[in-house]
Amino acid sequence: MDDVLDEAVMTLTINGEERSFSGLSDLAALVLSLGLDPRKVAVERNLEIVPRSAYGATALSDGDRIEIVHFIGGG
Amino acid sequence: MDGATHTQEDRWNLAGRTFTSRLIIGTGKYKDYAQNAAAAEAAGAEIVTVALRRVNLSDPSQQMLVDYVKPDRFTYLPNTAGCFTGEEAVRTLRLAREAGGWDLVKLEVLSDPKLLYPDMEETLRALKMLIAEGFQVMVYCTDDPVYARKLEDAGACAVMPLAAPIGSGLGILNKVNIGLIIEQAKVPVLVDAGLGTASDAAIAMEMGCDAVLMNTAISDARDPILMASAMKHAVIAGRQAFLAGRMPRRVYGDPSSPQSGLI
Repeated sequence: MDDVLDEAVMTLTINGEERSFSGLSDLAALVLSLGLDPRKVAVERNLEIVPRSAYGATALSDGDRIEIVHFIGGG
Repeated sequence: MDGATHTQEDRWNLAGRTFTSRLIIGTGKYKDYAQNAAAAEAAGAEIVTVALRRVNLSDPSQQMLVDYVKPDRFTYLPNTAGCFTGEEAVRTLRLAREAGGWDLVKLEVLSDPKLLYPDMEETLRALKMLIAEGFQVMVYCTDDPVYARKLEDAGACAVMPLAAPIGSGLGILNKVNIGLIIEQAKVPVLVDAGLGTASDAAIAMEMGCDAVLMNTAISDARDPILMASAMKHAVIAGRQAFLAGRMPRRVYGDPSSPQSGLI
């Protein structure tokens, strides 16, 4: 059953945008699939910060709300 | 003692860290990050403020601040610009701490999108929340000496009264209040926001501010890099004038040449 779920399409809300993924194992895979450098971002999953060291151990579930942020110019 | 030696020895302490440059610059509004990096170099800045925002998912290859204004070269001071409540500020800075690993932060909780004036009641509440979470908090505030003292009592590592509204370039509007804040504070006082040109920065430093923080005065100059250099010199000049101690003001003239031996 788990294997079936892993391959199932999962809908995540990332930075307010709904996106569908299939076969995403964990947060590390999501960050990579988005083309982002994990060293340059910070991630919140359902309003909780996920430490960078835990991306690989953080499973994603259908409906998760993910925020991915980085530093930009500001005063 | 020459100026270079003097300024090298004249360091200041902020939350357990020691800095030489007394000019903190923002990283917003520049033409691009390359110009921003050049301005930071020309300003001799050691600390830069940065904002935290969502990554652009549609273009992950776009320029990133960290590739130009490098965090191993400059101390990043994450801000809470755009936050209107303590909860928003705490959430933003928790993410900033995770993104960068820094606990030194700039708190600004604004109330009015037109004046960009700090909401001091909410700022003080947010400060207490951040202190409880172990952050070192530099606090942007109004030029109200009573609130400045409350912020310090609540554990702010620096108080940063505005000279004038953010981006206004009006210079210090209330020198009396800024002077009172400097006089009573036991933590560094930085004038943050509202400076317009080099003389404004020099005045702030002559009054005894520990440092100044600015963005628009540099980024919106016709030549931002040249203005960054002007600000660097103004801050050093103002600081040295403060240390040197100005002459007393007199109503009447006092001749500089001897009165005796006139032909």
